Amino acid sequence: MKTAASRRQFLIGSAGAAVGVGTLLGSVAAPAAAQPPVDGHDSSGHGGGINGATFRTGQVVDHAKNGFNPTDILRDFDSGATSTLPDGRVLREWDVVARDQEVEVAPGVAFPAWTFNGRIPGPTLRCRAGDRLRIRFVNDSEHPHTMHFHGIHPADMDGVPMIGRGVISPGEEFVYEFDAEPFGLHLYHCHVGPLAEHIARGMYGTFIVDPPADRPPADEMVMVMHGFNTTFDGEGNQLYAVNGIPFHYAQEPVRVRRGELVRIYLVNILEYDPINSFHLHANFFEYFPTGTRLQSAELTDTVVLGQGQRGICEVRFPNLGRYMFHAHKTEFAELGWMGFFEVVE
Amino acid sequence: MFQKAIARTPRWAVVVAVVAAVSAGLAALAVFGASVLPDRLGPPVEEVAIERTIVSNGAFELTVRNTGPDPVTIAQVFVNDSYVTVEGGTDPIDRFGTATLRLDYPWQDGQPYLVSMLTDTGLVIEHEIAAAVATPPVDASAIGRMALLGALIGIVPVLLGMMFLPVLRRASTTATRVLLALTVGLLAFLAIDATIEGFEIAAGVAFGGVAVVVVGAALAFFALAAIDRMPRGGATGPRLALLIATGIGLHNLGEGLAVGSAFAVGELALGTALVVGFAVHNTTEGVAVIAPLTGQPVSLVRLLGLGLIAGAPAMLGTVLGATVTTPALAAFLLGLGIGAIAQVVVQITPLLRGSSGRSLDGPVIGGLAAGVLVMYLTGLLVAA
Repeated sequence: MKTAASRRQFLIGSAGAAVGVGTLLGSVAAPAAAQPPVDGHDSSGHGGGINGATFRTGQVVDHAKNGFNPTDILRDFDSGATSTLPDGRVLREWDVVARDQEVEVAPGVAFPAWTFNGRIPGPTLRCRAGDRLRIRFVNDSEHPHTMHFHGIHPADMDGVPMIGRGVISPGEEFVYEFDAEPFGLHLYHCHVGPLAEHIARGMYGTFIVDPPADRPPADEMVMVMHGFNTTFDGEGNQLYAVNGIPFHYAQEPVRVRRGELVRIYLVNILEYDPINSFHLHANFFEYFPTGTRLQSAELTDTVVLGQGQRGICEVRFPNLGRYMFHAHKTEFAELGWMGFFEVVE
Repeated sequence: MFQKAIARTPRWAVVVAVVAAVSAGLAALAVFGASVLPDRLGPPVEEVAIERTIVSNGAFELTVRNTGPDPVTIAQVFVNDSYVTVEGGTDPIDRFGTATLRLDYPWQDGQPYLVSMLTDTGLVIEHEIAAAVATPPVDASAIGRMALLGALIGIVPVLLGMMFLPVLRRASTTATRVLLALTVGLLAFLAIDATIEGFEIAAGVAFGGVAVVVVGAALAFFALAAIDRMPRGGATGPRLALLIATGIGLHNLGEGLAVGSAFAVGELALGTALVVGFAVHNTTEGVAVIAPLTGQPVSLVRLLGLGLIAGAPAMLGTVLGATVTTPALAAFLLGLGIGAIAQVVVQITPLLRGSSGRSLDGPVIGGLAAGVLVMYLTGLLVAA
């Protein structure tokens, strides 16, 4: 619903008030705190008004009730159950379950989500190039779904309607089986129509195929950039986030060590907006588009990604302190896609 | 047999019995009626109206009223695509209930802002602030200024218009009929103008929207009719003048309200243009008040009293408009003015009849048309 904003309504609808000098600072310092920030972090530098966008001061979502916490999702890599095939290759197996669940996507805002394994984004599936992969997909949702992987595989394993097994109906299951190739940073998502909605409801996740030889040791993390179109009008999003909850890493900064190599697997799966971006403050990172080459393509502090685009960022923080990262499409940043690294010894 | 029994029963007993039967029926309907019908299938209906916007240093304060059937919870708010800290309104707002949201936002003077309220179901309710201007403080001097403004645009022009009385006294019978027709034209224009304005304000407000205007109009119409009938006698001369003054007074209440609200949000350029514009516009209202008095002597005190009845409500209106008004109240008060004017028109119409017994002859039609035109043209002088 829109409230009509005629000049007359404006004219009648507003009148009389006392002007308070210094109310700006006053209101910043006087939150109507419903819940204290978790984890003992303060939320400085993110205080509303001239100090930047934020939800109602002090409010956070109920991660326990949601069943996932973006802080845990960040470094949660699922390598599956491994065994060795007769030919000596590694077989990796996963169970992935689609469910309908209500997620508190912003403090007090319920979103009727569709999820993989009860979280947004879905589990980060990790393997090595050449592995044999078996993903047992169980559709426990009331809607038809599939798992469509980016990668190289036969048509009947592509997870799209009317090809191979096609749509997996509610209550049914299917095993996707293919080889892990090529190495790089990929993604998976549901591919049932209407496609934009099936993705935007939360059905996406990261799919990492490591190169034959390990990349250099690093503090590794996954960041999936996405949004929530809570009005379901298909026109932009009301909330933007990395790893499920807007402003989460502003309230709980990502802790990293000074001088240690940090590797960010960055994925853009934002619907309803053509591009997304990632910008790191006070630092530069090496960028490996799609992670399919071991040579950096660029030293930069900002990358722009279209839908489904992804890349690996490698960075070391030389200085202690708090460093912001956010979409440099600042509208997205102020609607939730911003956070902090906290560099400690 | 049954009818005879009823006829023998005392009247009070019949009334009691009927009321009891109807009440029992309604109660049964309330208890059992719902159980035979299906529940509503759709999602909750979330509707709110923004009744007041106070713009202060670095903040917007919105008074939000729930105009829909279901409770509304405003979880988060963003302004021009940026989430803001919000104080107040954390609890669900029940039907017809209100909440005040204080948004921390460093707004710039004169710029437009779009306030988007994200409810707990993910719905977005938008409210546009056409141009952010600091809301003036309401103190004694501001109220005084508003009262003065009301007097300047209400009382003074009406009294000036009434000074035409000596001129009109010398007019012929036909000229008097033309004058009364002119008055009807003026009043008809005011009523239609106020109806358009009232419907515009009422669209989307709580308590029934445009029905608020209709209720106000009906109440005023019947109230004035009742007052007119109290001591028996036709509506002529001083009685009619009083009626016209009352109708115009109720109209000026609504007009003052609009002016006061416009001033409060910084939309109104106070000054010569406004005062002169209203003076010309409302002077014609003074002429309308004295139109029925051309035939008899009237004391100066009575004339002054009539002028105050017609003009002083504008003072009340400007003060209310700058302080406590809501769209629903404004719509209701405009409705009162419409109903009052309609009743006055009904009262004047018989007096338009000429010696031939016909009302719509040349002079009267000319007068009616002139009245509408004069109001339209002088209305263009007022940019409020």
